[in-house]
Amino acid sequence: MNARRFFARLWRNRVGFIGFVVALVVVLAAALGPLIAPYDPLAQAIRERFQGPSGTHLLGTDNFGRDTLSRILHGYRTSVLVSLGAVFIATIVGGGLGLLAAYWGGWRDRLIMRFMDVLLAFPIILLAIAVLAVLGPGSFNTGLAIGIVYTPVFARLARGPALTVLSWDYVAAARALGGGALRVLGKHVTPNVMAPILVQVTLSLSTAILVEASLSFLGLGTQPPTPSLGLMLSESRGTMLLSPWVSVFSGLAILLASFGFNLFGDGLRDLLDPKLARRR
Amino acid sequence: MFQYTVRRLLDLVFVLLGVSILVFLMVRFIPGDAVAIMLGANTDITPERVDALRRQIGLDLPVYEQYWNWLTGALRGDLGTSIWTGTPVGQEILARLPATFEITLLALVLALLLSFPLGVLAARARGTGGDVVVRVIAIVGLTLPSFWVGVLLLYFFSIYLPRWPAIGYVPFGEDPLGNLARVALPTVAVSLPMVAGLTRILRSSLLEVLSSDYVRTARAKGVSERVMLYKHALRNAMIPMITVIGVQLGYLLSGVVVIEQVFAIPGVGRLMVGAINERNYPLLQGVVLVVTGVFVVVNLLVDLAYAWIDPRVEYS
Amino acid sequence: MSAAEPQREAGAPATSAAEPLLQVRDLRVTLDTPRGRADALRGVSFTLRRGDTVGLIGESGCGKSLTGLALMGLLPEGAEVAGSMRFDGREMVGLAEDEWCRLRGDRMSMVFQEPMTALYPLNPDGRQIAEPLLLHLRMDSRAARAEALRLLERVRMPQAARRLDAWPHQLSGGQRQRVLIAIALACNPALLVADEPTTALDATLQREVLQLIGGLVHECGMALLLISHDLGVMAENVDRTMVMYGGTVVEAGPTAGVFARLAHPYTRGLFAARPRLGLPRGTRLPTIPGRVPELADLPHGCPFADRCDRVTPECRAAPPAPVPVAGDDDHVARCIHLDASMAPTRRDEADA
Repeated sequence: MNARRFFARLWRNRVGFIGFVVALVVVLAAALGPLIAPYDPLAQAIRERFQGPSGTHLLGTDNFGRDTLSRILHGYRTSVLVSLGAVFIATIVGGGLGLLAAYWGGWRDRLIMRFMDVLLAFPIILLAIAVLAVLGPGSFNTGLAIGIVYTPVFARLARGPALTVLSWDYVAAARALGGGALRVLGKHVTPNVMAPILVQVTLSLSTAILVEASLSFLGLGTQPPTPSLGLMLSESRGTMLLSPWVSVFSGLAILLASFGFNLFGDGLRDLLDPKLARRR
Repeated sequence: MFQYTVRRLLDLVFVLLGVSILVFLMVRFIPGDAVAIMLGANTDITPERVDALRRQIGLDLPVYEQYWNWLTGALRGDLGTSIWTGTPVGQEILARLPATFEITLLALVLALLLSFPLGVLAARARGTGGDVVVRVIAIVGLTLPSFWVGVLLLYFFSIYLPRWPAIGYVPFGEDPLGNLARVALPTVAVSLPMVAGLTRILRSSLLEVLSSDYVRTARAKGVSERVMLYKHALRNAMIPMITVIGVQLGYLLSGVVVIEQVFAIPGVGRLMVGAINERNYPLLQGVVLVVTGVFVVVNLLVDLAYAWIDPRVEYS
Repeated sequence: MSAAEPQREAGAPATSAAEPLLQVRDLRVTLDTPRGRADALRGVSFTLRRGDTVGLIGESGCGKSLTGLALMGLLPEGAEVAGSMRFDGREMVGLAEDEWCRLRGDRMSMVFQEPMTALYPLNPDGRQIAEPLLLHLRMDSRAARAEALRLLERVRMPQAARRLDAWPHQLSGGQRQRVLIAIALACNPALLVADEPTTALDATLQREVLQLIGGLVHECGMALLLISHDLGVMAENVDRTMVMYGGTVVEAGPTAGVFARLAHPYTRGLFAARPRLGLPRGTRLPTIPGRVPELADLPHGCPFADRCDRVTPECRAAPPAPVPVAGDDDHVARCIHLDASMAPTRRDEADA
């Protein structure tokens, strides 16, 4: 479907449209954050500590006099980049493994999917923490850790429909005529598994933002002074009684980002995958 | 059913083996010399200490032998000793499990109790403009960062109910009321996303059931809509609920691990964060292995319960 | 009714014998559709006496299933009903839901098209058959179970005693339909509505199940409203046939008369379009031009005007009134061109 028809249907979907707008705002904030942020997120101003929301500081300041809005805008940059990177890794690696497993079949299929089962067996945060314990903290490693956590989700998601497509006559024929794995998978299979993958990408972005914030909140993810929403929330706890708005707004910012992507994904599912939408 | 159970048990053994291998290899994946890094936080590194630690962890043996010793030890309940304190890892974990599992379990029960009436309400409000509102609220709940909710709860209680013991943990056996008061806030915070998730699933499966052919058959028998909703539809709608409980438990546990940090609860989450900070890898390995093991077994039980409730599940 | 006399006589009149069992007058139903409110039934009238077997035929979307659902009070949410449905001396239009619940499954029952999905998957068959017995006749569970077994035997379920504790997913489509018929007949209703009861079944089973229904209806003296799109089913199973199109009954009469005369152009179209054995290979079946219009698009006058080959401007002026066919008051059709449309029928008659 072309872009214009897609947006027309999205508009009629309402829920998906609201989600699209919120997600767009979050992504724009992440992309343009440094340009539109009114202050330097790291600049301390001792005389402007603990200020409530006002005309000069829309969302107030923290215990170092740093501007909350500017810090949130920069924090979005970290959150969205890490989440995008994580989901990108999971989609490419996981989706690729799932497609190859479906294409190969036999023992290679079983081996790959068994490995994915093992990864899925861990509660997500435990696996992420374990990976970070190996790699060490930091934004990049956080993205990598979340990416590993989500890899089996995409492997499973890609394998199911890929098996169906590979059993279709014309695809089987393409295979018999000697189309290589990459050619068959790229030309015939991938387009047919895109819809559920796209929906899952959006929904995964939503939870990846939450996981990134959780890990940073625990002090294992993004490290100071890089602005990060989870870190902001964690740091603000000590001065909560003096400047509660920092906690309120940084948490709200996490919620907004996660909410936007989830709502958008929910709407996308209605549009791209009606069968799936009925089940939820 | 027997065959199915056996098959699932075999699956379980495979998965647990895989988990144990990954957890075992964890330390080997650490870039650089793991022992040096472990000792990195300590000031007096001597070659003797490094060698001693190497032997203590068993790093001087071939890898498969190391794994075998570690696995058989784990099966006997011996997960090694904590590097710094020298206490058995198993003991440290056992001391921390109750708090984490108590909150997880209470949050699950709370989420189930709340989502049933909410799901029925949401299903009955179908077909109106309220549908969009219900959906949006459910997604807000689903994406609520529970640690943020915890922080806010803590803030409001410290202002309006300053005498409420909001922080820390006492075992139920020692002080039942004090225990419940302390776990109440983290339990509520952690269960909210699950309430939203379960409500959403219950609502859509209720609607699907209510529009099904067999509900029409029941109505043609003269069964009233109320009886239908509570007797037929709810029972059938519980099946998708049960299937997601396993997955939801994973999220729940993740939420608890993080929220322990907010309420200073000495649970598994704080143990892990502490272990990472002091590079206590044997302890970290032990925690990940034990909690994941419990999680995998609980998931198996949920699957078996599902197969037992729904006669249509194919066991072949 | 009490537990002491669970078996009532199906025909037991609640009012004077003179009043028919079911009298539907000018039944109108409007539905909520994605395109706004639509008139789905536009003045349906007919009468059923005890022991009558009446068929309702037409293409999908003509309102025949909706008529059955309206009789059972099972219309979809947002449906509005006007007109009159008197059943057993009682007006059913405007009946409260709990009164409907007392009628359904007791005095009137319905069998649906899809046996594969119509049974509750989480209860064994016996309990599903027993449910109306417990509900309406207040039997205890032991008596209800015994009665359920008797009902399974009556619908000629093979190995009935074993099926009592079987799960629906263990039964074949034909067996499930037998269970559903047993459920419908459990309380000895006065009226049975069967909506395409055999459409989902194999051809060999179709006849068997229809004969079963026919036999049971005859045995119990109940009235049958059989809904189908299959002319053959009508010819063999009902005494009277009503042809529906666009939410109205366009032709009604004794089955033999309707099939012999094919008075309404739509009836003739239906008849010509039916597949038959013995046609030379490659013969194209004549079809009715166009397709069933969406409810909202129905023309103002005769609903069939847009697809009829003898349409004139008068057809679109007003909905045609029923006209006796060939002077037979018992056989009527709603067409202002009856005489003209009768003419070519002679040829078809030989074919029939």
